[in-house]
Amino acid sequence: MSGKMQIKLKVNGEDHEFLAEPRELLVHALRERLNLTGSHVGCETGHCGVCTVTLNGKSVKSCTMFVAQADGAELTTVEGMGSPDNLHVLQEAFREHHGLQCGYCTPGMIMRAAKLLEEIPNPTEEQVRFGMAGNLCRCTGYQNIVKSIMAAASEMNSAKEAAQ
Amino acid sequence: MIPAAFDYHRPNDLNGVISLLQEHGDDARVIAGGHSLIPLMKLRMAEVPHLIDLQSITELTGIESGSTIRIGAMTTQADIIDNASLASSAPILKEASLQIADPQVRYMGTVGGNVANGDPGNDMPGLMQCLDATFILRGPNGEREVKARDFYHAAYMTEREDDEVMVAVTFDAPKGGYAYEKQKRKIGDYATAAAAVIISKDGSTCKEASIAMTNLSDTPVFCAAASDSLIGTSVSAEDIKNAVSSMIDAIDPAEDNRGPVEFKKHAAAVVLSRAIERAWQRA
Repeated sequence: MSGKMQIKLKVNGEDHEFLAEPRELLVHALRERLNLTGSHVGCETGHCGVCTVTLNGKSVKSCTMFVAQADGAELTTVEGMGSPDNLHVLQEAFREHHGLQCGYCTPGMIMRAAKLLEEIPNPTEEQVRFGMAGNLCRCTGYQNIVKSIMAAASEMNSAKEAAQ
Repeated sequence: MIPAAFDYHRPNDLNGVISLLQEHGDDARVIAGGHSLIPLMKLRMAEVPHLIDLQSITELTGIESGSTIRIGAMTTQADIIDNASLASSAPILKEASLQIADPQVRYMGTVGGNVANGDPGNDMPGLMQCLDATFILRGPNGEREVKARDFYHAAYMTEREDDEVMVAVTFDAPKGGYAYEKQKRKIGDYATAAAAVIISKDGSTCKEASIAMTNLSDTPVFCAAASDSLIGTSVSAEDIKNAVSSMIDAIDPAEDNRGPVEFKKHAAAVVLSRAIERAWQRA
């Protein structure tokens, strides 16, 4: 029973193909096969959100999805957001506003926040808190995370206005 | 946490699903959003030798809303929240969906999974009983309909046969006011107690009322006596108290990590009072 299956994923614009057992979790495929270790493994039970990626336009927890379910999907992970020399607006805002302490939850926070700002480009503080409810942080008390996301939203909105 | 090995199937139509279910019997299970099943598989509390993924079956998705509403089983909570037409014809669906889990889970979690799973903690079953919804099941002999109020036998035990698939839920667009009120320990948690209420009025008296409760028994609880007790009243504080007391007689909560029985009854009374008040204001 249960041979391996051919899996195709497009991650951060790059095509990948590999053989895997269907039971392999998406987060392990990303980290261990594709070497994209930005998506973290936290609670492993779908609560903490550190494994959050964007899959076919949805925020999902990659620890609660089998790699087989993701076959054929397009994904963005935190590695697709920015680079050390060229941070994404959200990453810059987290740096600027001290939106992290230990940093373990940060990749999931960045990925969920990026999708949240697509859903609601100009959110209220309450909308940010509600929209980030699937991501836990045990260090910051959330205050600076919310501040960072609000700052990134306003930065992105002014950039948009300037472009028009 | 890695689950036991399984064979993965992703059929393109319902006939394919049903023939796999017939072929593998107890060894097969369908997976929708997977946010109840996958954690159980990872904890090895569920072993599923044949996992049948419903994601490619387009006939299971979609919302038709008019005087009758039909929601395909693979419609997600995020789809419900974003559907403007449904938000105006049956706003209680959006109000309840926003109280389920968190944004990531709502992108995956489906109506069909939520109602078919039979977990007393799920919010949609009580809501569907409040709406007097009908579930459409498809098996080897075609489709059949089961009322939400007849579907649940015990925790994880439902009217659905092993070779049947939940296809859709349907219900008449509710009239009047509505509320889904949920008490939980933290965002994302299952309800300590939750109440679904729909009330319509004629002048200043209550014409129709429907009340169902979540996670206060091993099944959702439709409270016929409590619903009927409001009809013909002006829904005064006293009338609400009477309805709450009928509801308390109908539920059967168990002590667990959300609290002892007396606390759950207290929480049930509070959420139902609030839900009736809010539904009545909106009626």
